[in-house]
Order: sequence, then structure tokens, then C-alpha cells
Amino acid sequence: MSRIHEAFENKKAFIPFITCGDPDLETTRKIVLAMVENGADLIELGIPFSDPTAEGPVIQEADNRALKAGATTETILAFAKELRKEVSVPMVFMTYANVVYSYGAERFLTAAEEAEIDGLILPDVPYEEKEEFDSLCAAHGIDLISMIAPTSKERITMIAKEAKGFIYIVSSLGVTGVRSEINTDIVSLVSLIREVSDIPCAVGFGISSPKQAAKMASVSDGAIVGSAIVRIIAEKGKDSVPYVSEFVKAMSEAVHSSQI
Amino acid sequence: MSTNPRGRFGIHGGQYIPETLMNAVIELEAAYDHYKNDKQFNAELTELFNNYAGRPSRLYYAKRMSEDLGGANIWLKREDLNHTGAHKINNVLGQALLAKKMGKTRLIAETGAGQHGVATATAAALFDMECVVFMGAEDIERQALNVYKMKLLGADVVSVNTGTATLKDAVSEAMREWTSRIDDTHYCLGSVMGPHPFPTIVRDFQAVISKEIKEQFIEIKGKLPDAVIACVGGGSNAIGSFYHFINDPFVKLIGCEAAGRGIDTFETAATINTGRLGIFHGMKSYFCQDEQGQIAPVYSISAGLDYPGIGPEHAYLHDIKRAQYVAITDEEAVQAFEYLSRMEGIIPAIESAHAVAYAMKYAKELDSSKDIVVTISGRGDKDCVSVARYRGQEISE
Repeated sequence: MSRIHEAFENKKAFIPFITCGDPDLETTRKIVLAMVENGADLIELGIPFSDPTAEGPVIQEADNRALKAGATTETILAFAKELRKEVSVPMVFMTYANVVYSYGAERFLTAAEEAEIDGLILPDVPYEEKEEFDSLCAAHGIDLISMIAPTSKERITMIAKEAKGFIYIVSSLGVTGVRSEINTDIVSLVSLIREVSDIPCAVGFGISSPKQAAKMASVSDGAIVGSAIVRIIAEKGKDSVPYVSEFVKAMSEAVHSSQI
Repeated sequence: MSTNPRGRFGIHGGQYIPETLMNAVIELEAAYDHYKNDKQFNAELTELFNNYAGRPSRLYYAKRMSEDLGGANIWLKREDLNHTGAHKINNVLGQALLAKKMGKTRLIAETGAGQHGVATATAAALFDMECVVFMGAEDIERQALNVYKMKLLGADVVSVNTGTATLKDAVSEAMREWTSRIDDTHYCLGSVMGPHPFPTIVRDFQAVISKEIKEQFIEIKGKLPDAVIACVGGGSNAIGSFYHFINDPFVKLIGCEAAGRGIDTFETAATINTGRLGIFHGMKSYFCQDEQGQIAPVYSISAGLDYPGIGPEHAYLHDIKRAQYVAITDEEAVQAFEYLSRMEGIIPAIESAHAVAYAMKYAKELDSSKDIVVTISGRGDKDCVSVARYRGQEISE
């Protein structure tokens, strides 16, 4: 078992996402350190993919910028290993099946384990296809994270029973990106999961304000925020550290103070 | 060729899609499993094929071409004579009818050359459904006539500017759109690709091509042809042309990929010849990609073959060596486009011209006791402007 559970111990977890290498890996490092300092409980590190089909325009563009700037799976794995020396909170990789598959899943996971990466999120690997990655992940002590969507319905029990680390609840239909409101009945989703598992559940997709984050965390175990952070980096580039710090501080305080 | 329960063709295929879409493809599979053996459904589809699309399409003996090349006899399967001018209508009529039965009121589709977009817009008009077609900005430029047709038929055409702004990006964008609106929407995928059950559904609706070739050829010659040749992007007209011959081992099956400026250059779309195993757009198959698994920006003069992947059943037929996949350059395709026009008075789609180009080479290797069937997947009107430009002549439509 990984240390992901530590992020949820006695508190709601604030989980920020960042695309590695946008605008460069040194800035990514500074931002991650700043996010931890400002209350992030678990870090989601995105490995860029040329054609990220589950992402909205904000993260698509971040992936493009990172790839253009020269980030590769290889350099990011090495980067994560260095980063681990400075970061003690759990970290998970978020990328697409082909990035791992093409690199060689065994080779990828060996490097990820060396970097003490705790989990892996592959949004294009649903329950039906997870076995080929899951057994390898388990062998390297890495949790392959399961996702549950508003459309999952009767699939929830099946997915929750085998879920590891935490469950990523997709807040609404569509791709990642900022939304003005989230209408999915998260309470019902969580209670269906709770019937078969006590695994932590964090909600992501579309969360951009402290108020939304607090609301989502209050009905689950945490909030995941990606596009709202990546948008700041798109605008401020190498100078984004103080801006991201300020945003993460407000978001994590909102999440940590949220009550059921 | 039957698939195992999760839509695998050997190691290829599968369902590599976001959880949000899983119930949509499960429902689609259940509906398809129900209707594919339903008498009423099949009667309605046959009626549409025959009286709306103009099936069966002709199997034409290309006498002048055969004599000129001086080798095997060449037969042309005329999918270009179908309503909307290409094989795409076969699949679209099947899927639109299925979607209607499922209670869907809206069709979305990707398109490269515009043929699948036009076919989907046509079916949407016929079935009184809403229609949105995603098309790369680059392709909108290359295929202005088809864009106009889609709009005329009542469809919205969404210009896709992400990535290389071609077919692969149109597929990604259509998938994203489907993720955001599922209840009333069917994603009418245009080729034998994507997550299960699409490769099977699309193949079954296109298999009418090989069913007819077989019947027509036996009726004329009392035997089977020696080879069947078709162009391959995602591979729907090719699998349709091959399907009923897969268990006839003496019939050679040859798919023609787009080599673009050559398979030794980066400007190519020849997936089997230059790609390697990967997972993308819902399936495991062969893809043009770099060493780090980033999908390659492919190129071909043909917008319809300009795709970095190939359908999983083709990948499997390649693995077991049942079909052979050859690469045809832009130059060879353009020469074949011009050759068939002059020799037989048939202007083929530039996609189909890739199959014609290989047939021109292959026929010469055989003698006149042999027979080759070439599928002319579509008509070439849409390509006249870009072929003229390739030859250094600017014409306006």
C-alpha cells in the first residue's frame, strides 16, 4: 500500500494538478514546493501527451507548451526522483495510456517507484482495461487510481470494490476545465461507494473557486483542482510561483475548513 | 473474424476510454447485439441500402486499363457510385438507424476528407436528427466543397484547431463532445476504429462490399478473384472489401496506406509500415508515434488517409499475415488518379487512387488468367482542386 491515505488522515485533502515542464521543469519544481508549503496534501503531476482526449483546452495547451519546451517522459521521471528529495507529501502521476505503454509499463513503473511516486491516474484506462496496468503497478507499490463519473451508475460498486489509493470522482460530464457550476449529486455517488468501501473519495473537474472547493470537499474527502492552476501558469509563466501560492493557499484553507 | 467479448482482435482493440463514456459504449453494444439479428431492422437497412444509397454497387471490368497494363484483369468495385459518392454511406445508414432505434436525436461525427461528414449529415437530414461534424481546420481548407454540402444538408461544421488540425484532432474533439453530451447523442464514428464496439459495428455495415463482390464475381466468372485491393486510413472500406474473403486463403488481401512524401520521411501516414504498437483513440493498435509515445503529426495529400492509426482488425490481419499492407506515395496516387480518369473515364477519390496505384504495379506481375478487384471507395470530384494544385495549377471551384 502507498502513503496516499496519509493525505486524507483527519482532514479533507486539497489536491492540486500541474503539467510537468510547463513552462519548464525548474518552474514546475518551484511551484510544487510552493503548493506544498501552502497546504497541498497530495500532488498530481501531469506527464504531457500530444493528444489528451479527456482534457479541455487549458490543459491541452499546457501539454503542448511542455512538449514544445522539450519535456519528455524520461526527463520527467528523472525530475520526479529529484523532486522527491524535497517533497514528502504523496505524489501521483497523471498521464495517458500510450505514454506509459509506449515507454514500457515495467520500465515506467520501475522509474516511478524509484521516485517514490504513490499513484498513477490514466483517464483512458477504465475498469475493463485496468488489469494490464494494475498488476504491474501493484508490484511496484503504486496505486492505479480508479475514476467514477456521473454516468457510472451500476458500475460504481464494481469499481469501488477494487479501487486503491483514492477514488477520483469526476464532478460532471465533459472534459477538464473550469465550470461555473457543478450539478451532479456527489452525495449519492459517495454513499454508493461507501456501501462497499471506505476508500477516500476526492472530487475533480471544473473546480476553480474556494467556495466550490469547500462545497465539493464537504460532501467527499477532498477536492482536485487542475485547470484553474494551469490557467495561472499559462498567463504568468516562469513568474507564476507567487500567484499559484496565493491561489493554493486560499483553496487549501477552504478545503481544510470544510465540514460535512 | 469474430471478436472476443471485449472487442479484441488478437491483442488489438479494447475499450481505452474515459469512465464517463463506458456506459454509452456498453449501451451501444447491447443495442447493436439486439438489432443486428432483428428482421425488421435488417429489412429497413436493406431498403435504405438499395433504394436510397443505390446498392448493390457495380463490379465493373476495367477492360482498357487491363489491356494497357498487360497483366491481370482488373475489376473495379464502384462504391463511388453510391449516394453521397463514397462507401461511407453504408456505415452511416446503419449507425443512424441504430441510433434512431436507441432513441437518440443527435448525431456527431468526425470527418477528414469530408465524405463521412457529408454522409452523416445526409443521414441526419433523412432521419430528422440534429447533426454536428468536427473537421480539422486544415481539412476544411482542403475540402471546401464538402463543407458547403454538410451545411446545405443542415449540419453544423465545427472547425478543430488543436494539434495538427486534421482527422486525428477531429476524432479527439468528437470524443470530447460525446463525453459532455451522451443522453441524446450518438457518436457516428466513421471508420473501423475507436473503442469496442465501433470496429465491429462499422465493419459489419461495410461488409456488404465484400458480400457483393463475392456474389458478383462468382456470377460473372464462376470463381473467386485472386486479389482484393483497397486503400486504408482507419480502414473501413478495406475491411468491408476484405471481410467475406478472410476465410478464403487463396484470395490475397492488400491494403494501401498513404506514404505521403515517402515512408523514409516524416511526412507520411503509413501506420503499418512506419508505426508501432500503442493505445490511442480507444484502441490498442499500431500508431505513428515518436519514441516517447507522442502521436506523430502525419501527412498525406489525401485528407481521408491522413490518420496516425489503423483499425484493430487490420492490425490483427497484419500480425497473422492474412492481409498485406503496402505504402503508396502522393506522387503514385496522383498518377493513378490521372491514369484512371483518362483510361476508364472514372475520376476516383484520391484515397481510392492509392489502391489503383498499387493495382497498376501488381497487375503487371500477374498474367491474364488472374483477376484483381480494386475498391473505388469514392469519387474524385472533391479532389480536383488539390490535385490541380499538386500539379502547379490553381483552379477555383
